[in-house]
Amino acid sequence: MSDMAAKPNLSPGVQTQGGVGSAPVPATEHGDHLHHDDHEHHDQHWLWKYVFSQDHKQIAKQFLITGMLWAILGGTLSSLFRLQLGWPEGSMEWLKPFLGKWIEAGKLNPEFYLALVTMHGTIMVFFVLTAGLSGTFSNFLIPLQVGARDMASGFMNMLSYWFFFLSSVVMFSSLFIETGPASAGWTIYPPLSALPQAIPGSGSGMTLWLVSMALFIVSQLLGGVNYVTTVINMRTRGMSMSKLPLTIWAFFLTAILGILSFPVLFSAALLLIFDRSFGTSFFLSDIYIAGQALSNQGGSPVLFQHLFWFLGHPEVYIVIMPAMGMVSEILSTNARKPIFGYRAMIGSLIGISLLSFVVWAHHMFVTGMNPFLGSVFMFLTLIIAVPSGVKVFNWLATLWRGNIRFTAAMLFSIGFVSLFISGGLTGIILGNATLDIQMHNTYFVVAHFHLVMGSSAFFGLFAGVYHWFPKMFGRMMDEKLGYIHFWLTFAGVYLVFMPMHYVGIAGFPRRYYAWTGFDAFSQFADMNKFISIAAIIAFLGQFIFIFNFFYSIYRGRRATQNPWNSTTLEWTTPINPGHGNWPGEIPAVYRWPYDYSKPGSDVDFIPQDVPYSKTQSSNLPYEQELAE
Amino acid sequence: MAQPTTLQPPAASATQDAPRTGNWDGGNEPFKASYGKLMMWFFLLSDAFTFAAFLTTYGLIRHKHEVFTGAAEKFVFNTRWWPVPDRVFNAFPGLHGVDVPLGFVALMTMILILSSVTMVLAVEAGHRMDKNDVQKWLLWTILFGSTFLLSQAWEWSHFIHGSDNGMVMADGSVFHGANLQMNEYGPVLFADLFFFITGFHGTHVLSGVCLLVWCFIATTNGTFHKRGHYEMIEKIGLYWHFVDLVWVFVFTFFYLV
Repeated sequence: MSDMAAKPNLSPGVQTQGGVGSAPVPATEHGDHLHHDDHEHHDQHWLWKYVFSQDHKQIAKQFLITGMLWAILGGTLSSLFRLQLGWPEGSMEWLKPFLGKWIEAGKLNPEFYLALVTMHGTIMVFFVLTAGLSGTFSNFLIPLQVGARDMASGFMNMLSYWFFFLSSVVMFSSLFIETGPASAGWTIYPPLSALPQAIPGSGSGMTLWLVSMALFIVSQLLGGVNYVTTVINMRTRGMSMSKLPLTIWAFFLTAILGILSFPVLFSAALLLIFDRSFGTSFFLSDIYIAGQALSNQGGSPVLFQHLFWFLGHPEVYIVIMPAMGMVSEILSTNARKPIFGYRAMIGSLIGISLLSFVVWAHHMFVTGMNPFLGSVFMFLTLIIAVPSGVKVFNWLATLWRGNIRFTAAMLFSIGFVSLFISGGLTGIILGNATLDIQMHNTYFVVAHFHLVMGSSAFFGLFAGVYHWFPKMFGRMMDEKLGYIHFWLTFAGVYLVFMPMHYVGIAGFPRRYYAWTGFDAFSQFADMNKFISIAAIIAFLGQFIFIFNFFYSIYRGRRATQNPWNSTTLEWTTPINPGHGNWPGEIPAVYRWPYDYSKPGSDVDFIPQDVPYSKTQSSNLPYEQELAE
Repeated sequence: MAQPTTLQPPAASATQDAPRTGNWDGGNEPFKASYGKLMMWFFLLSDAFTFAAFLTTYGLIRHKHEVFTGAAEKFVFNTRWWPVPDRVFNAFPGLHGVDVPLGFVALMTMILILSSVTMVLAVEAGHRMDKNDVQKWLLWTILFGSTFLLSQAWEWSHFIHGSDNGMVMADGSVFHGANLQMNEYGPVLFADLFFFITGFHGTHVLSGVCLLVWCFIATTNGTFHKRGHYEMIEKIGLYWHFVDLVWVFVFTFFYLV
């Protein structure tokens, strides 16, 4: 009871009157909280229950559905530029009703092409794979898996979503302005992004981009401090850090990365705003534009790249680590085996987190940076292969001779491991400064990060949705549709990105509107067409998932309490947990989360809340001591 | 509060099955800090990275400019050299024309450090549940914080209006002071960074003063007393000390080195 009463709520700073008609609350010993909550939740107005909800499960669903809408938009944008790349001579007149003035004489406007790739990157990296992925699953799983009634601060958690929403509205609105959205690439390098007169996309579109990102960073910070403090302070009795599911470890470290890296993007964005709007010269020096010399002196565009990639590199781990955590959990559950190397998995996550902060300049090998510095960053970058290798080895060893159940979530998890290997190997190539000089800014890079971070993280997201859907909505998603979705996506991703490596090695640069002007590239026209067809089919395949998702919310087969026979705490809650998650006392935890197929046990899984005294037949000697 | 449900939770553990109770074994606060305090710490960690990014920017840009190695008195403002701070910040309110290198900023720094002392005393009074003392020390902290802000306003104003000499332009006119596009003290970026970083810090101080005023009102209304503790003052105090600490770095970078 006191745990519930400790939950802060939305009511204004009045302490003893939580709401109309409610009884005053006695002060509790958790008295540091601003507000005390004595709402009767089942009487809540729908506005507070579904819209401005403070329940972590509801907020998670809000993040998920907003993320899905963004993903559809991001995917649509990529289909548009794939049309241009596949059929550079084709007519796009039929798109005029949608794109209006961006179609000129049947051709896509080249400036708008830049806007398309910029917005595709921004949307996918930040809005889908950061907010949509860790926003959804950190919110949903942290309280459920550590055994907490809710996040530490439900109010700040709600704010986190609404800042994200606001940021989304600003970014979305930038698509409709006269000069078009930001067009300097998702990395928005100055001077292109700093000078409104440079290209149309550096006008108001860029300003809105920066405002939107500032709001997004606030949202990340509000979410991040919540995730971290919840994991530290709100674990249930017995849930030590070495009994945490790997999902929680991944979300915990992801949140720390976000707390430490997003503020640096905030700094860079603020400095850029000053350069753009107030005439400072932080990133500008010695510039001629349209024959005119600018007065800006002394700044450095490379400085921006340093600041940007100090966020930008941890950001790719912010995207991938939640997926790693969920995949570890799903592989273990569906292989009916303990995760191989639990502590090594934690250690490698920590290793990746630490290394992520000291490798940023491997994105900058060709900026004219000191070559010695380049070799230091190369060395540190290649070390990341070690913890990544540990993880891959452990995933494969978990599958080895497992009693594998090929659920849709399991297929996507295995797909994740496959994509992570395929994309990771090219990372070793690109991490070498000398090789990067050849590959830099080609489609090889595009192929690399779309496999290792883009598609992999999407696979993690899909795996997570298929796996935890029953907990979210009390119903199951359709497995058959899940299989079709998986095979279309899995084949699609490889058919898109494998040829892209060849195109990249051939020297195709990124962000070019068309290559028809270069004879050397004409022999690759067919391959580009092939990539485009595969990409559009794979994108359309995602609507199977969208349909499955929404259909199953209302019509899916009803879930049982623990449909996957899983050991973690979220499956001990009722099928449709209310606000507060457990109707009675929160279960205590006695064992690690991976007691699958334990020798001597008559069931093939032992949930975390089962004490050793109840499992005499399967206890190991040191566990037996704990039982006595 | 409990939800009506058809499902019973797993049977509560029997006594011999008590879960472990170590510091990190869950069910308690391993750092002996409430979630609110932890959140403040993590926010400050994050904010520290924001400032660190700005100060790194300062360092890198300054490093791109030449350093004047002669004696401070020989230094003349020039876009070639990063200005010598002793020559830029040498004015004192009411002492027009008197050369007081870093005198005023030293006073400002003293005031800010004093405000940290009174903040500590306010937190300490909160531990004793002494409402009157909390009010008193909060008021002192607000006073010192506001004084710092006003001093900074004077400092900015002087920086903007410039010295009597000014800088002679190519066309023979004289430019006094500084803005974001040009300044009489030397490189453009010197003034850009000065305005930006001290401004960003000043915004933090201003937010801190606002929070302290809010705390003062809440204390006066007895909100914290009724709550049974003054932890909110402690949390705001953490923020206040952090902002002071940041000033030490800003001060070092802009004025000392």
